[in-house]
Amino acid sequence: MEGLHRVSEYKWEIPRTAKSGMRVPGTVFADEELIALADRDRALEQVANVAFLPGIVFRSLAMPDIHWGYGFPIGGVAAFGPDGVVSPGGVGFDISCGVRLVKTALSEDDVRPGLEGLLAAMASNVPRGLGTRGRIHTDESVLRKVFAGGAKAVLDMGYGRDGDVEHAERLGSYEGADPDKVSRRAYERGADQLGTLGSGNHFLEVQVVEEVLLEGAARDFGLFEGQVTVMIHSGSRGLGHQVCTDYLQVMDRVVKKAGLELPDRQLACAGLGSREADDYLAAMACACNYAVGNRQALMHWTRRSFEQHFSSPERALGMELLFDVSHNVARFETHDVEGRRTEVCVHRKGATASFPAGHPEVPEAYRGTGQPVIIPGDMGTHSYVLVGSSEAMAESFGSTCHGAGRTMSRSRARKTIRGSELRQRLASQGIVVMAGKDSLLAEEAPEAYKDVSRVVDVCEGAGLSRKVARLRPMGVLKG
Amino acid sequence: MNCRTIEHTADIGIEVEAGSLDELFAGAASGMFSLMVAPDSVSPAESREVSLQAADLGELMFLWLNELLYLSGANGLLFSSFDVKRIEGFALEAEVKGEPADPGRHRMRQDVKAATYHELLVEERGDGWFARVIFDV
Repeated sequence: MEGLHRVSEYKWEIPRTAKSGMRVPGTVFADEELIALADRDRALEQVANVAFLPGIVFRSLAMPDIHWGYGFPIGGVAAFGPDGVVSPGGVGFDISCGVRLVKTALSEDDVRPGLEGLLAAMASNVPRGLGTRGRIHTDESVLRKVFAGGAKAVLDMGYGRDGDVEHAERLGSYEGADPDKVSRRAYERGADQLGTLGSGNHFLEVQVVEEVLLEGAARDFGLFEGQVTVMIHSGSRGLGHQVCTDYLQVMDRVVKKAGLELPDRQLACAGLGSREADDYLAAMACACNYAVGNRQALMHWTRRSFEQHFSSPERALGMELLFDVSHNVARFETHDVEGRRTEVCVHRKGATASFPAGHPEVPEAYRGTGQPVIIPGDMGTHSYVLVGSSEAMAESFGSTCHGAGRTMSRSRARKTIRGSELRQRLASQGIVVMAGKDSLLAEEAPEAYKDVSRVVDVCEGAGLSRKVARLRPMGVLKG
Repeated sequence: MNCRTIEHTADIGIEVEAGSLDELFAGAASGMFSLMVAPDSVSPAESREVSLQAADLGELMFLWLNELLYLSGANGLLFSSFDVKRIEGFALEAEVKGEPADPGRHRMRQDVKAATYHELLVEERGDGWFARVIFDV
């Protein structure tokens, strides 16, 4: 990328002069290896393209897991002031795709002997894969409740218990949701998918805490070495895809009418405060609530599976929610911009909020420690729990990475990796995998991803978050 | 009509060449569903009519492919036959055929979440037409 230069150990700048039309410079958090990976495809150009959007403040940012997306890069973060815009492409089609981590009181020795049986129980309880329908009956009135209420609405339907919503971002519910702003088509697509995992990179994973890396925070989060956890990665399913599609069309026409020149049509946007922007944000919040509700239902069936397998109530098994994060989202937050407290619309497209101790948006249970950040890695290596930091507030609008980030295309992964061999290789490492199809398994092979440990190390080096614990996969259930 | 898949780090795209605009749109739909399921495993048992109006050809392609994803997602259908009857200006009329998805019988490939506007191209080239579409998968 023209003009790309290093400004400090983990920070690279794309100057405004890199592309005519950039309103602010770009900053990418990376080391030499990760910046070289980002420079191989169009990801850095996408960082520059985001800087064209009206009203962008500070910088167009990218986290160390950056890779080529559509419109925004994956790993992109951008904030817009009152004269700025909201862009559905800056959130993505899988609105509020995210991760939750469920703790247990079980050790690896408790789970290892019957691991395949446990995964089989999870597989039979959790609808997953292409073309599957959910187990929850959702007519329009039920959907409206979920759109408005998020995890709490799903909990009130009997899928959860006390302590769940208290341990989720924004208590499992997004403000400003208006079910009337969701199209009929989105209702139809959302009707039978609540409580389904989906496919692609979505998964349920039984893990073990391999190493605690920050004692105090781990204690506050209730994590200890040898502890079994379950990670749930899913999003808003067809409902979110439809909301994004609907509003992309609306905003594409807004851009055309305004005569706004953008380097990528996928960056379509509307001015904050306009009817189009307000409607999108209200529909997006509904999709976020559906996504968090979806993960709540998936957690419910995960608990049921453990109860069936261990013949013990899940409370006795210590199945408490650690936290739930969304990594595809736009929302209003207050940040320091050029020395002034300003309300900005922060877009995180493949990036996670990383708020420090004392931040008002950190749930009370973690207010003294900082927000837990859940980072899914690839199925052959590790995942991480991080904690938010005050440096992130100054550097990245309180954001850090969201995962390992792909480095190999899906088609190349399918051509070069055999799913059946991968399954055997993972089994030899003690990782049991259940996947619908071997070819889909190959797409998600560890070598298709960057090294997640390097990504979280760069985040720590750049001050965006601190590592609390490293988790190792034991059993993976793919869509 | 000629359709090939193109590489994208996180997602996947297609490039289609065809002699006419009707064939181009049919070919793009066929290419998209080929990413989702082996086409020869889906029989054209049920049909749906599609009628769309757009502001330009790029938008028409975006609306067409996403309309089919909506029909597929909302009704649990897979499509394998695409008859684009008419494209006049930026309006399209088509009949598509397929059947309810059955993961036990259909050879499913991967989920396609949406057709994106990223690097979307629909243009006349020489004697024919060319399209490029990148999907979120």
